[in-house]
Amino acid sequence: MEELAQRTAVPAPAGAGHNWPRNHGIDLDLAWVLDQRINLSAAERRVATLPGRRTVKKDAQAAWLLKAVTCIDLTTLNGDDTTERVKRLCAKARQPVRQDILDALGMGDRGITTGAVCVYHRFVSTAVEALAGSGIPVAAVSTGFPAGLVPHDVKLREIEASVADGAREIDIVITREHVLSGNWQALYDEMRDFREACGDAHVKAILATGDLKTLRNVARASLVSMMAGADFIKTSTGKEGVNATLLVTLVMLRMIRAYQERTGIKVGYKPAGGISAAKDVLNYQFLMKEELGREWLEQDLFRIGASSLLADIERQLEHHASGAYSALHRHPIG
Amino acid sequence: MSVARFFDEMSYGPAPEADTEARQWLARHSGKFGHFINGTFVASASGKTFDSFEPATGTLLAKVALGGAEDVNAAVAAARKAQGPWAKLPGHARARHLYALARMIQRHARLIAVVEALDNGKPIRETRDIDIPLAARHFYHHAGWAQLQETEFADQVPVGVVGQVIPWNFPFLMLAWKVAPALALGNAVILKPAEFTPLTALLFAELASAAGLPPGVLNVVTGEGETGALIVEHEDIDKIAFTGSTEVGRLIREKTAGSGKSLTLELGGKSPFIVFDDADIDGAVEGVVDAIWFNQGQVCCAGSRLLVHEGVAPLFHERLKRRMATLRVGQPLDKAIDMAAIVAPVQLQRIEGLIAQGVAEGAALHQPKIELPKGGSFYPPSLLTNVQPTSIVATEEIFGPVAVSMTFRTPEEAIQLANHSRYGLAASVWSETIGLALHVAAKLAAGVVWVNATNLFDASSGFGGKRESGFGREGGREGCYEYLKPKAWLGRKLRPEPPRPAAKPAAGDFAMPALDRTAKLFIGGKQARPDGNYSRPVLSPKGKVIGEVGEGNRKDIRNAVVAARSASAWSSATAHNRAQILYYLAENLSARATEFADRIAAMTGASAASGKAEVEASIARLFSYGAWADKYEGSVHQPPLRGVALAMPEPQGVVGVICPPEAPLLALVSLVAPLIAVGNRVVAVPSEAHPLAATDFYSVLETSDVPAGVVNIVTGSAIDLATTLAAHNDVDALWAFGSPELSMLVEKLSVGNLKRTFVDYGKAIDWMDRSAAEGQAFLRRAVDVKNIWIPYGE
Repeated sequence: MEELAQRTAVPAPAGAGHNWPRNHGIDLDLAWVLDQRINLSAAERRVATLPGRRTVKKDAQAAWLLKAVTCIDLTTLNGDDTTERVKRLCAKARQPVRQDILDALGMGDRGITTGAVCVYHRFVSTAVEALAGSGIPVAAVSTGFPAGLVPHDVKLREIEASVADGAREIDIVITREHVLSGNWQALYDEMRDFREACGDAHVKAILATGDLKTLRNVARASLVSMMAGADFIKTSTGKEGVNATLLVTLVMLRMIRAYQERTGIKVGYKPAGGISAAKDVLNYQFLMKEELGREWLEQDLFRIGASSLLADIERQLEHHASGAYSALHRHPIG
Repeated sequence: MSVARFFDEMSYGPAPEADTEARQWLARHSGKFGHFINGTFVASASGKTFDSFEPATGTLLAKVALGGAEDVNAAVAAARKAQGPWAKLPGHARARHLYALARMIQRHARLIAVVEALDNGKPIRETRDIDIPLAARHFYHHAGWAQLQETEFADQVPVGVVGQVIPWNFPFLMLAWKVAPALALGNAVILKPAEFTPLTALLFAELASAAGLPPGVLNVVTGEGETGALIVEHEDIDKIAFTGSTEVGRLIREKTAGSGKSLTLELGGKSPFIVFDDADIDGAVEGVVDAIWFNQGQVCCAGSRLLVHEGVAPLFHERLKRRMATLRVGQPLDKAIDMAAIVAPVQLQRIEGLIAQGVAEGAALHQPKIELPKGGSFYPPSLLTNVQPTSIVATEEIFGPVAVSMTFRTPEEAIQLANHSRYGLAASVWSETIGLALHVAAKLAAGVVWVNATNLFDASSGFGGKRESGFGREGGREGCYEYLKPKAWLGRKLRPEPPRPAAKPAAGDFAMPALDRTAKLFIGGKQARPDGNYSRPVLSPKGKVIGEVGEGNRKDIRNAVVAARSASAWSSATAHNRAQILYYLAENLSARATEFADRIAAMTGASAASGKAEVEASIARLFSYGAWADKYEGSVHQPPLRGVALAMPEPQGVVGVICPPEAPLLALVSLVAPLIAVGNRVVAVPSEAHPLAATDFYSVLETSDVPAGVVNIVTGSAIDLATTLAAHNDVDALWAFGSPELSMLVEKLSVGNLKRTFVDYGKAIDWMDRSAAEGQAFLRRAVDVKNIWIPYGE
């Protein structure tokens, strides 16, 4: 908590900050889970018409994109990751946008950083060290990411190890089989164990929506994960055939809202994978604001799992600051 | 730089669409527009103009010519001159023209969209993403019908010169709905755009001319209601197509009565939006946004009557109110809004007045605390709950962003509440259970039903209403027929006055007398004495009294309509069942062929051979409709969505039939058989001069298992009984064949419930001619096509 306060140089507007009560979960309510009905065509229409209903231009657009930067979980999750690669990423997380651009936008004193850095367990300690003093949390993907098919006790030990290394956020993957076979109790129990293993670290439940296929499955898995105590629900590992989409986002946000309606608890949302263009992330932000409200635009309740998105935002911001179109190589690599 | 402020607020800034090109277009015309007649813009003969305002600001946009009689005459003359050559063009040539118009719309889409948003006040999102693309699609689709006309509509010809009067809520899209089919199928057009929104029609005319449309084929006459009336009453116009209020639709029906003008009316609605407890509630909430806050609710098919399953109503209303709080009302050209301006101050006042009345009657009004732009005509999204069916806001079309909400307990009650309206335009059904959703969709009295969706439109799928929402369809094959007429009916001649022989006194003799037969009325499956208990003689051509029939009166008609109304099982009987009964009627008629032939000869003076021929033709006709009964099917449209639109022909319900004087058996059969084949129940008035063939027919009906009430027969004065039937508000349609006066009377009196009429204006057809007197031309008029949109996917 203290660290977080430090890294937000200027207090975020009302509603931001980690001052929401944590989600401790509730008993599994099977009737509620099974009662979910999502009409695909209706959901598609909502998503399809949104870009025509909401847009931001000029200063507003720059502000929204900067806000998106503060919500990015800057991520590297590749087999060829190395210590040096992770350090480079952490440096980028500390200074995601060139200072001169921030200055030109009148945002130079806001201490803009990304929301977190997201790595495999092996690099947690490297990242924690590289980010020391920045207040930027390290998130570790866990529980046999991305397929989540290692033994359950191994998953729990992996979480504990990452927490011990200083990870403040754990991105777990659920066992898709539990969803596909309708074994909601097993999903709930698994998630409960993950939540407990995390201790004070926040847990993001990756549903791997691309594997779940139907929106009904996504809705049910979202609810069960929240009932079992997820602090965030997250779309994808980035490794499924289909990753974050506005469509699954709509459904997951509505489940977050339904959970809040019933429990009063605000659960966060993290789309991941496939969001690489500035104009795409704006649509996610619009959906957050429209479906959940202003509070969900801050990093406490919104994260974006992305690696190449930042580079496109940087170009847009430079264009806004200078009036001339930018190029990738004008911005430091992350 | 306001980046920091936006960063903290995370509000949407202004995002205006540029209006430079639109203003330049207005400036090129010096802000003043004439009528578009015979390919050029011309000022009104009177020199008069009227003003078109920008609803969002109240400022003047343009001065527009006010059409008077001379202008309308000039436009009609130009259209008349152009129509012949236009119709004579090969379909392929007209297809090329329509295709060019479609492409032209696409090339100038943004200009049209911006002008439309300025003139109407609706959001640029809607004009850009919905109205204009749908209009282009309409021209593409109908380019196709022009191409296929010679083969697909080989037995039809164009109606001729068409007057089209369109509303202000979708100025450009309604233009497309009207103009595209009319031109495609070889008609010439005089279009009158609404006085609030004349500009895109003028822009279209200008662009169409540049795209090579020949002069006179499309004429645009601008003006107010009086200009529209001049078009409606013009003697040299063959058809009127109108979209607008039910009130004006009624006037048009009255004005055109008996004129022989073909008429289609697309009128108002109070369309139900039904949410079951197994619906995707969030999806349905979003559906309400598209239903009633689309185009500020100024939509004839707006889902304005929410009917919510009691159990989910609190949750549904809570979520709906939450959603309302996130709606944004702004300038039409702002790209980050949901709603913009109401079309005119007068409309705004109407909305305010109706809401005040609803609240006075006990409704609870909810309006979100959202910002409205200053100046101009703006109104917030509104929800009225605690509304009783008796309240004015539950029955009257508000035509504004106002939803009224009521609850129901069971699917039956939902259907009952939904159908309890004088309107019948559209409906939405929200349920994730396919059996329930389709069951309800089938039972709703509406021309269009959207399952888990709302306000979907496409050129491939007919749009139009039932009841007082009007008649006729726009779009699809069903819409094409509105601009065509059967070739076989060309050259019909006025029928001669039926002979009225003077009765000769009968003199008895000492031979064995014929056994007296009393022909009664046939109502509800029973032979019934006429209410007045008077009889009228039936004379042979030579004046000999050959029998007497009951003198039916208005109470007999009332009783017959009640019987027909309650025989509703016939409409849901299987087609196979109806076919069997029609064949059985033929069988039983055949068994008594000689008797019927003799009767016809005795009544009409026809030869024995022609009496026999009429009976044989009647038997064959019953067979034809027995054949059609299980073959007159709907179609599956393919609008651009993952799903289908089922075009289902549905019986109209209770239909009156006034038989012509001639062909006393064959005409009766030719009119009644197509109606009952597709499930209607009939109240028939037989040939006034020769009714005995019909009264003899009772026992054929009785022995053929025709359920009680499906066919009712009331003998008597055709004109008197037609008067009662035409004015009867529980009769859904009336077919009347006979004198021109009869046609005029029937059309005029049909306005009470805007019943569908099918009349011959006194022009006789040859009932023996199958191409003129049998088949789809009759079946099409026996049904209304209901389009059920079913998007699917999991």
